[in-house]
Amino acid sequence: MSDTVLDISNLVVGLGKTGSGRKIIDNVSLQVRERETLCLVGESGSGKSVTSLTVMGLLPKGSLAASHGSIKLVGEELLTASDRRLRQLRATRMAMIFQEPMTALNPVVPVGRQIDEVLRAHTNLDARARQRKILNMMEQVRLPDVERIFKSYPHRLSGGQRQRIMIAMALVLEPKLLIADEPTTALDVTTQKQILTLIRDLQRDHGTAVLFITHDMGVVAEIADRVAVMRDGRLVETGPLDTILRTPQMEYTRNLLSSVPSLVPRAPRPETSEPVVLETNDLGKIYREHSFLGKAREVAAAQDVTLTLRRGRTLGIVGESGSGKSTVARCIVRLIDPTSGGVRLAGHEISTLSRRLLQPHRKRIQIVFQDPYRSLNPRITVGETIAEGPINYGVPRAEALKRAGELLELVDLPPDAISRYPHQFSGGQRQRIAIARALALDPDVLVADEAVSALDVSVQAQVLELLADIQKRLGIALLFITHDLRVAAQICDDVVVMQHGRVVEQGPAAEVLTNPQVAYTRALLDAAPGRRWDFANFRPVALGETVATATL
Amino acid sequence: MLGYLIRRILAAVPVMGVVALFVFLLLRLTPGDPAAIIAGDTATPEQIDRIRISLGLNEPLYLQFFTWIGRLLHGDLGVSLISNVPVLKLIGQRVEPTICIALSTIILSILIAVPLGVVAAWKHGTWIDRFVMGLSVIGFSVPVFVIGYVLVQIFAIDLQWLPVQGFRPIHRGIVPFIERITLPTLTLSFIYVALIARMTRAAMLDVLGEDYVRTARAKGITERSVLLRHALRNAAVPVITVIGTGFALLISGVVVTESVFNLPGIGRLTVDAVLARDYPVIQAMILLTSAIYVGVNLLIDLAYTLLDPRIRY
Amino acid sequence: MAIETLPESSLPVTRPLRPGLGFLTATPIIAGASICLALVIASAIFAPWLTSHDPQLLAPAVRLKPASAEFILGTDAYGRDVLARILYGGRVSLLIGLGAAIFSVAIGLVIGLVSGFFKWIDAVLMRIMDGLMAIPSILLAIAVVALSGASLWTVLVAITIPEIPRAARLVRSVVLSAREEPYVEAAISVGSSLPKIMWRHLMPNTIAPLIVQGTYVCASAILTEAILSFLGAGISPETPTWGNIMAEGRAFFQIKPSLIFWPGLILSITILSVNLIGDAARDALDPRMKQREAGK
Repeated sequence: MSDTVLDISNLVVGLGKTGSGRKIIDNVSLQVRERETLCLVGESGSGKSVTSLTVMGLLPKGSLAASHGSIKLVGEELLTASDRRLRQLRATRMAMIFQEPMTALNPVVPVGRQIDEVLRAHTNLDARARQRKILNMMEQVRLPDVERIFKSYPHRLSGGQRQRIMIAMALVLEPKLLIADEPTTALDVTTQKQILTLIRDLQRDHGTAVLFITHDMGVVAEIADRVAVMRDGRLVETGPLDTILRTPQMEYTRNLLSSVPSLVPRAPRPETSEPVVLETNDLGKIYREHSFLGKAREVAAAQDVTLTLRRGRTLGIVGESGSGKSTVARCIVRLIDPTSGGVRLAGHEISTLSRRLLQPHRKRIQIVFQDPYRSLNPRITVGETIAEGPINYGVPRAEALKRAGELLELVDLPPDAISRYPHQFSGGQRQRIAIARALALDPDVLVADEAVSALDVSVQAQVLELLADIQKRLGIALLFITHDLRVAAQICDDVVVMQHGRVVEQGPAAEVLTNPQVAYTRALLDAAPGRRWDFANFRPVALGETVATATL
Repeated sequence: MLGYLIRRILAAVPVMGVVALFVFLLLRLTPGDPAAIIAGDTATPEQIDRIRISLGLNEPLYLQFFTWIGRLLHGDLGVSLISNVPVLKLIGQRVEPTICIALSTIILSILIAVPLGVVAAWKHGTWIDRFVMGLSVIGFSVPVFVIGYVLVQIFAIDLQWLPVQGFRPIHRGIVPFIERITLPTLTLSFIYVALIARMTRAAMLDVLGEDYVRTARAKGITERSVLLRHALRNAAVPVITVIGTGFALLISGVVVTESVFNLPGIGRLTVDAVLARDYPVIQAMILLTSAIYVGVNLLIDLAYTLLDPRIRY
Repeated sequence: MAIETLPESSLPVTRPLRPGLGFLTATPIIAGASICLALVIASAIFAPWLTSHDPQLLAPAVRLKPASAEFILGTDAYGRDVLARILYGGRVSLLIGLGAAIFSVAIGLVIGLVSGFFKWIDAVLMRIMDGLMAIPSILLAIAVVALSGASLWTVLVAITIPEIPRAARLVRSVVLSAREEPYVEAAISVGSSLPKIMWRHLMPNTIAPLIVQGTYVCASAILTEAILSFLGAGISPETPTWGNIMAEGRAFFQIKPSLIFWPGLILSITILSVNLIGDAARDALDPRMKQREAGK
């Protein structure tokens, strides 16, 4: 058995100056050993990030504090250590990387100097030696052209590059413990895969113990040696990866795993000859930037997008950030105006209609947005929000409100929700309200723009189920925008894969996601974390179920 | 960079245009005969006529505007109706005291206010923070002239450390000069310190909640480095912005302070011109101070590019 | 898995973001400010009942008298009772403060809404606002007053004009950021008309910051009026205003400093109270700002 690097025992963290208030972390014990990755998994509010901040001694002073238990780092107690001692230990014995690489680096200091600060604070090396060490570390995290990046400001670097800088900064003094708090959540899957590989390789080379915090079971399957599941500040269960994935002991873990959508596409539905309700023809959106004393710069957010959606079917648009998938959705709903091509909605060309002429067609296509916390007006009751659309189209108020009540029932919310305000609902409930609002106008097409991406996986499963159910009952057509191939595999009949504003591949989901013809689609599938696991069935994916990787 | 510079300068042109138009219309759109208004209640018809002709008020409005703008662009700000001296020359004679107290105020205020704001944000919620915030609310609320008279009462009349009023140019002795600008500077600094300290605190609090400050702390560097090298560098942009917009307050303060301490500066010149309805001087002073304001803010815009690498040229 | 259940059905239906006037007593200091302001307002309204002296009656026989039982704060250079002048003077200051707050906020709201919504008009309006902001407010105000004659109205107009751009910019920035909110986009996609979106989804966002802005304008207008009077460019000297009393006291400052200090004190306390109430209103009405103040 190798040595224990981090030993948390019976940790209690509570609100207030002394942590005597409500408990946020309740009696948590964890160990991380040398060369081991412990994944701390949980949904939002489970206390996983607070645990890591407690270890680093970075809890917000005055509002959160550890009140009980002990945290030992290589045998040294941290909870009672002085601020000075904690400062000495940071970056030398323990280091941390954070979720948002976009905001975690100081925007006004070149990245090389930000790493240099670590060396100046903790070593006596001269400037030359420090620079050599930094460049060497930057090469280890596989950054290209290190001399140039050394002098660059963060905003010149991509998200993946910034996260590499963070990793270089964390590991430059070879700490015993690396805490990674959702380090890949904000990144695209292909970048995520590279960063995960990088962390694993560096860990192997340096023998670091890694405490890896994530909400994503796929990532867990990729990187964990052992897994600890948290919920509401308590530890649910711990165990080796294989045991947790195959034979979880606790109900909560089982539910969590069975909510993870499978990457294996669901059984295809028979082709239909239902009428086409939505089609786009070479749809394009070009942003022109006029700069003074310079030529107009053109950015094609979407180009030549052609797709068809029939009644009762679900079409997915998948792609990474910047692929133009949301631009297409917003052009179709006419929240922005396309610059070329056409959109036909139930046989009517709507892409060039004026605001006024568009009005009668608006209600045929409705949209559900990503962020449930911002898509409902906080000052208006749920009933009023849902009734707003029908009232706009001449339905009497009383009738519209009555219909709102029925819709709430349809999306599984109690009827008394109608007179409440959005802040009284959770994220998943708000997303149901947003769906009810969209359905209030009896649209032919419902566009879901990353509609489940902000939700915890168990809530996500419920909302997906609701959408499928509504489609079955109402025969509505769904246009589903997502970056998550697992979600696409479970809900779509057909998928369109987009990259750099263009469609690179499209076809039935069962084909595209199992036998992709294009290298980019293959790369996407290959990068999907945990693709070898069928979480919901507690087993690895059976041979022959995914063909995607075999053809690589 | 050059493109950015030119773009910023060009953006200032319409602003000054609006100011010029406003100043121009101010007199012409006032109800009644502008010449009679300027001449005052006791003027003879001949005097009124003379003013009308000297200001070109009998020509069509658009023509008046273009002649006026044309003269302005040639640096001709007109002639004082009272002393018959060219306005530019009048201003030149009175500009020294004003520049002296404005500069000393800016320097003193920044030296006092920025540390106050940083400490208040760092010690957020403690008595130090409340003290600084209290001081800044008071600084905002007590009128400049009240502060001025309180200081005069204490330091000039009761303690007799400093002269009550007046000005001595710097070339006639450094000590009398300093003695005479100390109280005006202190008076004027009050509101500026309040403004800058408040903004520094707010900006620091904003920045201290940022992820990169957490990153800096996670690196194990000292709290001083975290505060100064990471937080203050990033808080600098809003702080210098408020120094720029606060320039308008400073100008207003100068006008009042010069009256309190009887300084022969351009603030005093303006007040005298207003009381005497010396319209060309009023016009020139509004144009001049607005131009200074726009110029200062232009410089501050350019300073952004040095402070924040993300700002695109 | 069970569907997430609603919080207890007995949960009261709370209206969000609409706190009452409770913030006026949030802390002892703010409560003190509220009381001070209430006293100032009451004494201005009830001035005729609080003093028997006529604030405008010239009585050379009793000029520059020290404080006594008859003249509680003494008399000024014309023998007028200083306390009476201060009490009546509050009327002008408060009227100007209130008027400037209401007018600048109302006009700023209209300009801000229009320019937040119509791009082509926005450029023009904002250049005009920039130009107005570039003119130091005191200079603008004294020029307006000097040219159009000093009356309550012209002073009010002169003080209000320079405050408009700030209110307009505030509304515009709120509208521009609220426009990007998904709930506004949702309203567009359910076919709500432009006026409806403005009224129902955008306007309510501007109310809290405008109330706060209004209190700050009120404080700064009272201050500006005093400065105008002090410089001799305000309402005519026989009308009692705090600035006028101090302006007349200047000449006698070395003999009788209380002619400046008493009105100065009342003036400062009034402005301080309004500013403190403004800060409290900001904390109560704008939770985001409070969060920022709290450093998170």
